Amino acid sequence: MPQTKDKNAKDSGILIVSQSKPAKANCWSCGAMRAAQFCQQCGKVQPPVPVDYFTFFGLPYKLNLETGKLEREFYDLSRHLHPDINAIKSEREQAWALEQSSHLNDAYRTLKDPITRTEYLLRLQGVQLEEQSKAATEEARRTGQIKKQVVPPGLLEEVFELNMQLEEMRMNKKMGEIDRSLERELEDAKKHLQDKYDGMMQELSATWNEWDAQVDRSEQGETVLDEDRLTVRDKMVEVLNRRNYLRNLLHDIDEVLES
Amino acid sequence: MAPERIVGIDLGTTNSLVAYMEGERPVVIPGEDGLNLVPSVVALDENGQIIVGNAARKHLIETPDRAVYSVKRLMGRGLEDVQDELKLFPFRLAEDLAPGEVLRIKLGDKTFTPPEISAFILRQLKRNADRYFAAPVTKAVITVPAYFNDAQRQATKDAGRIAGLEVLRLVNEPTAASLAYGLDQKQSETVAVYDLGGGTFDISILKLHEGIFEVVATNGDTHLGGDDIDNLLITIALDDIQGDMGFDVRRNAEIVQAIRKAVIEAKIALSSNEKTVLDVELPGGKSYQREITRAQFEKLIQPVIERTVGPVKQALKDAGLKPKDINEAVLVGGSTRIPRVRQLVEELFERTPHSDLNPDEVVALGAAVQANILSGGSEATKEMLLLDVTPLSLGIESLGGGVVKIIHRNSTIPASANEHFTTGVEGQTNVAIHVVQGERELAKDCRSLARFDLKGIPPMPAGLPRIEVKFLIDANGILHVSARELRSGKESEIEVQPSYGLTDEQVENMILESFDYAEEDFRQRQVMEARTEAETMLTALEKGRKNPAWQQLSSQERGNINKLETALRAVMKEDDYQAIRSAIDVLNQGTMHLAEMMMDSAVSSALKGKDMATADVGEGPASPHPIAQAEIK
Repeated sequence: MPQTKDKNAKDSGILIVSQSKPAKANCWSCGAMRAAQFCQQCGKVQPPVPVDYFTFFGLPYKLNLETGKLEREFYDLSRHLHPDINAIKSEREQAWALEQSSHLNDAYRTLKDPITRTEYLLRLQGVQLEEQSKAATEEARRTGQIKKQVVPPGLLEEVFELNMQLEEMRMNKKMGEIDRSLERELEDAKKHLQDKYDGMMQELSATWNEWDAQVDRSEQGETVLDEDRLTVRDKMVEVLNRRNYLRNLLHDIDEVLES
Repeated sequence: MAPERIVGIDLGTTNSLVAYMEGERPVVIPGEDGLNLVPSVVALDENGQIIVGNAARKHLIETPDRAVYSVKRLMGRGLEDVQDELKLFPFRLAEDLAPGEVLRIKLGDKTFTPPEISAFILRQLKRNADRYFAAPVTKAVITVPAYFNDAQRQATKDAGRIAGLEVLRLVNEPTAASLAYGLDQKQSETVAVYDLGGGTFDISILKLHEGIFEVVATNGDTHLGGDDIDNLLITIALDDIQGDMGFDVRRNAEIVQAIRKAVIEAKIALSSNEKTVLDVELPGGKSYQREITRAQFEKLIQPVIERTVGPVKQALKDAGLKPKDINEAVLVGGSTRIPRVRQLVEELFERTPHSDLNPDEVVALGAAVQANILSGGSEATKEMLLLDVTPLSLGIESLGGGVVKIIHRNSTIPASANEHFTTGVEGQTNVAIHVVQGERELAKDCRSLARFDLKGIPPMPAGLPRIEVKFLIDANGILHVSARELRSGKESEIEVQPSYGLTDEQVENMILESFDYAEEDFRQRQVMEARTEAETMLTALEKGRKNPAWQQLSSQERGNINKLETALRAVMKEDDYQAIRSAIDVLNQGTMHLAEMMMDSAVSSALKGKDMATADVGEGPASPHPIAQAEIK
């Protein structure tokens, strides 16, 4: 498990670009060459092999993904792996079905949503996102402190102003005072931030295209410099951090306005 | 070998049912009384016999301290959870309950946990199924409210085990209902199931696609249903009686139960009539009457049914759908018979809701469909697969009392999450994890599931051990936890302290105790059968005495028969079926000669030209010797 934080990731070279193909093995039951999760020949569930979510679905490490196709694949695999389909099988097969289908569901849930998909890929690439990284969670759990938030540099000024307003609004509410103009200012700030937030999907999807193009190039045998990959990767991290920061801010504004 | 039968069971707050897939259609298996619904009422009669269903209902009124209803409300709950229920329901809890202990309910002088009481209901359903198939049923699918938490699900599973049923799957009630509806549904669509039962409310939104029933969001309230409506009406009646007539009958359990019965009848009447009269007999020949119009009723229940709106909106939001995106709204549960409820659903989804299937039976029928899928499927179900979700987020308490969510609500199950833990102190060898369920930010506001103690961590400097804990929610919605220390690769020992619920050992004991009741059942049946046989024997003997052959016996023979008869009559009054049987046998032996002579005379009169009908062998068991009679035929 990579331990490196994204700050020094540049020096560590922990990029994972080539997928490990699960070794082909024979079906434990009928001996036929099997697919990864179940036997194409006799349909029996196979013992689980630990693979990442992309590999589980036989997908490359790319971020543009056709969700309709993913859904069909999910349904297909469910028909073979779900515990209901294997309810009257041997105890061993039932245990495998439980393991395989929980992995399938976790993988589908993670990949169908573009944000969690990106975060997952970044995690595979050794990044621990500032906001929702397991390390931050663990740290918070251990110290009992609220997760620290680093203000993205581009937002510094705007956020400073906004936080003052939020604080004032909280005080007003506590005293039972109503300041309509402050309320309007907050509503405006919210709208502005919401637009910014929505616009970030485009920014993010531009980075996906860059990333995917690199994957394609390297699959075609071209050399892609690690440095180039890291640049794209870090760009994604930066957009996601900014997006998460905005999301929390919007959440705070809602909380103050609704209280 | 024929595949083993798996039945589907709806273990409801008010009524329970058992169903089975008969060919390509699910059917409800009726009880001995011919009725499909078994009221979820359990009573302990004066002889220590457990009585379930319709027969137990009269005990609710006559001996309310020996009967219990709506026990589903107490499943998987602790003393501090049920304080509100206790104000409204006549649950008589054992006095010596400790906080965190599984509740025990008093029936007469005995106490039972909610899973044990549910097991009595399940056993009655099992008996009905055994009788229907003339073979024992041991496997079942049982439905639970979609919004049931881990403890409530575990308690239901325990109830199944205590009743001698292997619970192959717990299915969410609204999802089960959608399976019953979806049998004939071949096109892709989005369905909302609005399930308002006796005690629980669920809303589930599903995507149907080529036989896959995928739940996209679910929400609900496990303490909202017809019972709450009844309680509103009961409160009014109690206030009236105190106000108008000057006596407080709140403490009189018999009258309260009589009021409850009248209130339910009035509620049902108001679904089809514009007005009805609440009518209750009171002691001293008095009676309480009050007219209720539907308009008054609707105004009264508005706050109750309004509580379903929040969960519906949340489910739609979680599914990322607008009301217009819903193709069908389906009504499930007896309380959806109320016109105002239907109207509300129509408003919420902007369409007329479906109620083609009997809302009392549709969940059990769906459970039968699921049972059929689990047993390998049939022509009707071979394409069907249910993908359900967990209704509540699973989280871990952080040091500051917050919650770190690890599996979010509406995740398709089975679902899992791996979490890493470490130590905070040099040489620390165990780590405690508190797992909670719910959506709130603070652990104290969520439902405590269990405390896990990871033991046997190799002593290392603080922060160095990496313990990987795997949380897995299975297809029943029940949590399983396993742990490994990654540096040493050692499986960690986990000690689980469920916050509510029975330990395995307790369940085992209850299974053993339940055999006593099963044996008691068996013994009772034997006694009944032996008595019936003795009656037949005595009737035949009466007939034999009128036969001329009786006079041909020696007086000693006649005396002997009389003595044996007296002995049988005496032993019949006892509950010892073996004694009754041996008395029958002895009397059988003693009347052998009489039977032979009766047969001879019958045969000889036939030879003399009389036909069998006029030969005085009589109708029915003509001879005191049953075997002899069979030989004549």
